[in-house]
Amino acid sequence: MAEAVAPKKSLWAKHAFLEKNSIWLVIGILLVVAIGGLVEIVPLFYLKSTIEKVSGIRPWTPLELAGRNIYVREGCYNCHSQMVRPLRDEVERYGHYSLAAESMYDRPFQWGSKRTGPDLARVGNKYSDEWQRQHLADPRSVVPGSIMPGYPFLAQTPLKTYEVADDMKVNAVLGVPYSEAMVTEALADLRAQANPDADADGLKERYPGAQQRDFDGNPKLLSEADALIAYLQALGTMVDFKLYDDKANIR
Amino acid sequence: MNETYRALAEFAQTWGLLYFVGIFLCVLAYALSPRRKAQFEDAARMPLRED
Amino acid sequence: MTQLQSSAGRGSGATEPGVDQSGKKMTFGEGGLAFVFAVLALSCITVAAKTHDAAYAFHAYLSAFASLAAVFVILNRYVDRPAALPALEIDGKPNYNFGPVKFATIAAMFWGIAGFLVGVIIAFQLAFPWLNLDLPWTAFGRLRPLHTSAVIFAFGGNVLIGTSFYVVQRTSRARLAGYLAPWFVVLGYNFFIVIAGTGYLLGITQGKEYAEPEWYADLWLTVVWVTYLLVFLATLWRRREPHIYVANWFYLAFIVTIAMLHLGNNATIPVSVFSPKSYIVWAGVQDAMVQWWYGHNAVGFFLTAGFLAIMYYFIPKRADRPVYSYRLSIIHFWALIFIYIWAGPHHLHYTALPDWAQTLGMTFSIILWMPSWGGMINGLMTLSGAWDKLRTDPVLRMMVVSVAFYGMSTFEGPMMSVKAVNSLSHYTDWTIGHVHSGALGWVAYISFGAIYCLVPWLWQKRELYSLRLVNWHFWISTIGIVFYISAMWVAGILQGLMWRAYTSLGFLEYSFIETVEAMHPFYIIRAVGGVLFLIGGLIMAFNLIMTIRQPDLAEAGTGVPNPSLVPAE
Repeated sequence: MAEAVAPKKSLWAKHAFLEKNSIWLVIGILLVVAIGGLVEIVPLFYLKSTIEKVSGIRPWTPLELAGRNIYVREGCYNCHSQMVRPLRDEVERYGHYSLAAESMYDRPFQWGSKRTGPDLARVGNKYSDEWQRQHLADPRSVVPGSIMPGYPFLAQTPLKTYEVADDMKVNAVLGVPYSEAMVTEALADLRAQANPDADADGLKERYPGAQQRDFDGNPKLLSEADALIAYLQALGTMVDFKLYDDKANIR
Repeated sequence: MNETYRALAEFAQTWGLLYFVGIFLCVLAYALSPRRKAQFEDAARMPLRED
Repeated sequence: MTQLQSSAGRGSGATEPGVDQSGKKMTFGEGGLAFVFAVLALSCITVAAKTHDAAYAFHAYLSAFASLAAVFVILNRYVDRPAALPALEIDGKPNYNFGPVKFATIAAMFWGIAGFLVGVIIAFQLAFPWLNLDLPWTAFGRLRPLHTSAVIFAFGGNVLIGTSFYVVQRTSRARLAGYLAPWFVVLGYNFFIVIAGTGYLLGITQGKEYAEPEWYADLWLTVVWVTYLLVFLATLWRRREPHIYVANWFYLAFIVTIAMLHLGNNATIPVSVFSPKSYIVWAGVQDAMVQWWYGHNAVGFFLTAGFLAIMYYFIPKRADRPVYSYRLSIIHFWALIFIYIWAGPHHLHYTALPDWAQTLGMTFSIILWMPSWGGMINGLMTLSGAWDKLRTDPVLRMMVVSVAFYGMSTFEGPMMSVKAVNSLSHYTDWTIGHVHSGALGWVAYISFGAIYCLVPWLWQKRELYSLRLVNWHFWISTIGIVFYISAMWVAGILQGLMWRAYTSLGFLEYSFIETVEAMHPFYIIRAVGGVLFLIGGLIMAFNLIMTIRQPDLAEAGTGVPNPSLVPAE
């Protein structure tokens, strides 16, 4: 490499090491690019506003988690945000602005970056299950101007449940407070939530406020639509904003 | 929270600023030093040399 | 030039008579890699047999098949090659290895057209939603990541790998390091693209924008990327020039930083080896910050630093004059990479991310305007005294216009990062317009320029098949870009204003669906713009194919051509 050329004598020339020695160049680049990320990311694990616990927020039930994974799989985040900004029109259109705590168990986060369709952070309980079913299967039958794709196959596809306990185990390893009981009862809880006749005492004790009913309106099939609608109906409903003190955690 | 914010802002406005200006001056000194003028001019012609 | 032909890229051809095979030994690299691929093939078959997930099984079988093919190719190449590995120099001149560069160039063109096509399809889906066909694998939500990945990582990535392997050899005056390694990089990278793209269609995704591939694809990319870095560095170590040319600085920053970002943003734990699903170690706000630290710097280091490297090599080369100011390029380099890395939080204005981080992101984004324009001026002023070349050389014109687009987008970007502007522009199509003025105008145009330069150099042709076709490509696609970005500006600003419009009684004036309906005409104009851009790409592909099919420079027997157009050797 550099030996091919006689080294310059001047002391100043030693500074050319950056340019002559690729390893120093790599180290220089790493030093320069690492600092920005460190300064911006590391404090988020310590600051109160980003790790605050707000009462009411609980991890997703097994059915909601399965529904969330369908939401991710279908790429809903490409057109729907889940982040209400504290701007007058957004708060009036969608509801209370989103809190950091509301997505603290979300892996990955689904705040989104584009609103081809409306924000979904507080869509839970805004429409009936029937509306959601109809809208998923054929969006233009309920909203004529909609440009959303139809997802009729969701109501016909049986929900895959073999992995839901493993899903929760991994989440627990990462810090989501899924207890041992939650993991062992995962399948039972999942089935109970989609079946209005099932005994759901355990489910409601483990996941306060969980809604139990046949979300897809088809008692014969535990479908992907069951899971997705259960997730949508839970979005943004966990915090009771009549009780929430927004002065306590000014961002 | 306010305390953290003020401390961080103060740090950024003093040491952070000094640090940035320092780095920028180093780069300027390196790039503009007259000693390396010839070297840079030679380097600039590298793509044009054929072998 | 002949040794170039025989040593590069034709490894698995038939044994030529007279090839000296006496005392041939298999290298550690050949044996080791063949062994690793054999083990990989077995593991993939095991996984395929045990998984419950059909799409994952498909990927496992595909990987097993590819691994076996790799074993076969490595062994076949060994059997056919002469005892000695390709010489580093022949007659005192570097024996360049351009086979992988050729492959990456063709792959870039192929993926480019595929990516533009998917872009056109999803643009029409937004205007005419029945085009989603109500099927899982044709819905917008799955096709949109396919489009972004195809244009950014497949088209852009192959352009970057190809040009970097070319530039690092030429400016180091040394043969690319490694015998199988460069091929491993280009083929491995393109295999990653196939896994990623088919995965999206089958519903395998991490659900993080621009980082959708799942854990196993990410792992594979990590191996490929580290090899890429090592090949690049080892080639620099071989160089016979005292300095590392500034384009290589930019390539190096691109490779190193993308590695860091990739590892940070894809830190996931798979549910099991037999499942495609994984969960990210970051959650909520932290995940958002890591994602946009990644996302914004994928723009900064993949789509900017890498393509600036192209600018710093190909514009001086094509214009046949050194870069305007080499000193400015050094200041440009350090300032750009230092400032870019901070700008990510501007994607999260007014969200639950703390205010100080948003302010920091905004501040650095505004400062970023300066190094960006420094680079733009440096690129444009390289033409000073030779502006007349723009009239006669459409390839150079394309590259210069790309730098102008770079200047435009890097002005618009800082403006949109101001919180007041962002509160209007965020979540609207203005962002899409901004991205495409950078992606079509800057990234694609500088890539087209580089490929137009490279193909005659690599395939030993005197010139492109037709400069008139380049001209047509330029004008058709420029009109396409203008359609696209002006439609998206109007659509975005209109949408932002409609969302926040109030009646005189203090109620929100428009329902959300009314704002969607208002977008319809602009979505059609945008799709037409995309079609024009795609047509330009097809003209280019035709031109390149005809160029490659022309007789070789040597066979044509012409005199010495323009020095800037002299091919590889």
